[in-house]
Amino acid sequence: MNTTVPVWRAALLSAALLFALLFAWEMAVKGNATGGAATVDPELAALLSPEAARGGQTALPAPTDIGKRLVELLSDPFHQRGTNDQGIGIQIAWSLWRVMAGFLLAAVIAIPLGFVIGMSPLLNAALNPFIQVLRPVSPLAWMPLALYTIKDSSISSIFVIFICSIWPMLLNTAFGVASVRKEWLNVARTLEAGRWKTAMRVILPAAAPTILTGMRISIGIAWLVIVAAEMLVGGTGIGYWVWNQWNNLSIADIVIAILMIGLVGLALDRLLGFIAQAVAWQE
Amino acid sequence: MTNRIVSVEGIARKFPGLTVFQNVWFTIEKGEFVCLVGHSGCGKTTILNILAGLDTPSEGVVLVEGREIEGPSLERAVIFQGHALMPWLTAEQNVAFAVSCRNPSWDKARVREAAREALSRVGLAQAAERKPSQLSGGMKQRVGIARALAVNPKLLLMDEPFSALDALTRGTLQEEVSRLVTEAGQTAFMITHDVDEAILLADRILLMTNGPEARVAEVLHNRLPRPRTRADLHHMPGYHPLRDHIMDFLITRSRTLAGTPPADYDARNPPVVELGG
Repeated sequence: MNTTVPVWRAALLSAALLFALLFAWEMAVKGNATGGAATVDPELAALLSPEAARGGQTALPAPTDIGKRLVELLSDPFHQRGTNDQGIGIQIAWSLWRVMAGFLLAAVIAIPLGFVIGMSPLLNAALNPFIQVLRPVSPLAWMPLALYTIKDSSISSIFVIFICSIWPMLLNTAFGVASVRKEWLNVARTLEAGRWKTAMRVILPAAAPTILTGMRISIGIAWLVIVAAEMLVGGTGIGYWVWNQWNNLSIADIVIAILMIGLVGLALDRLLGFIAQAVAWQE
Repeated sequence: MTNRIVSVEGIARKFPGLTVFQNVWFTIEKGEFVCLVGHSGCGKTTILNILAGLDTPSEGVVLVEGREIEGPSLERAVIFQGHALMPWLTAEQNVAFAVSCRNPSWDKARVREAAREALSRVGLAQAAERKPSQLSGGMKQRVGIARALAVNPKLLLMDEPFSALDALTRGTLQEEVSRLVTEAGQTAFMITHDVDEAILLADRILLMTNGPEARVAEVLHNRLPRPRTRADLHHMPGYHPLRDHIMDFLITRSRTLAGTPPADYDARNPPVVELGG
């Protein structure tokens, strides 16, 4: 059953499915538009976007409209015309910067702390209740507390990213360190390798794949959370942009944002996957 | 007395309600190869770990060159049962790790060179760049041997080093170890349950009774002349009585002698049997 499939065949099927989906979508939207001849109240039309005012057409854009808008957005992704008109590239860059800052901060704390927890069964047992209680808390629940104490919306969203990405890294590092094979530690002991050398040359490389798995989970969660966090605090970022386009009723932009968020998330995951491959070992 | 490297004095491993072994006394002289033979569960591995400093006895002490051991030491290298190579390092890097622990002041090039040299001594110069996953079981254990010898230990400890290998590979490696140990005049202590391995390698063979309350029941002096090779071993006069004696011990006497020792048993001087010469 599980024979390998040639890449081109899978790619062909993917392309066919995509085409079928887009075609059905296009037909559904455009077909609806020609059939319905409902008139729009001119006063309401004046309040709406020009497309809606033309009457009949649903607010849901067809793939061709989205395509046109995508070209438009990507032709000038980094423009800055005032606080409310910045390119999609700028918005994504803001989100990425927050995710990176929060994630790296979390890594700097979680990996050494996880190391210590993994080495010490006492600390592990002592800190476990805290971790178990805090881990399932939605990171957004920290937002009001962060806003109140930090008093800066941008740093608050970095804090929320920090708090959501710390747990997988902490737990995976602790687990990876605690499950380093006893025989490797014995080798280090008989060679009188010393604590630091044992930590750096034996425990770290042995636990690296597990640590990287934790980092990969963390960055995935961080990218999920940043959109919601930016919707809450506003100002800049792709999450804010999505909400802004919803207020503008620019459904095409929202669809594009969803696509962009997905692509950036994929890129982040691939990046971590690539690093994970570099530190992987097999017996 | 000056040639005595190890002196094991009355060590025991006791748990509440269970004595695995007790009152174990033996010595290892410089340049000597001592084998410990016994069934599983008599605490052989524990004794080796105590000698290595990885474990501590419940009673008794182990003296190395007259001083009580405090934890593991570079002077007592261990060849582990599973090769215990680090899979993220190449064969050469595995050996280099040991070399750099022994000689912290050496620069990278010098460590590398010493590691290469150690690998070529076990015939693995061409596989230096390979990771353990790309090596066969026998080659992995060769790297383990090279790693242990690269630190020039006073005592080489081996915990059934070849038990996971197939018979052919095991034979070649036994001869290899025999050659390396003889060339270097290396003092060695090995745990095994392979009778021919013990006869090929050992000067003295300690026979342990079954646990619990295991003890060294007998010390067997192997007088077969050296060099010994696997090809000739079973043609040597005296080989068969020696082998029969160990087989009898493992099959029957390790069981019948287990438990309370006879009245004339002196743990410090267990009965000595000389065979093979």
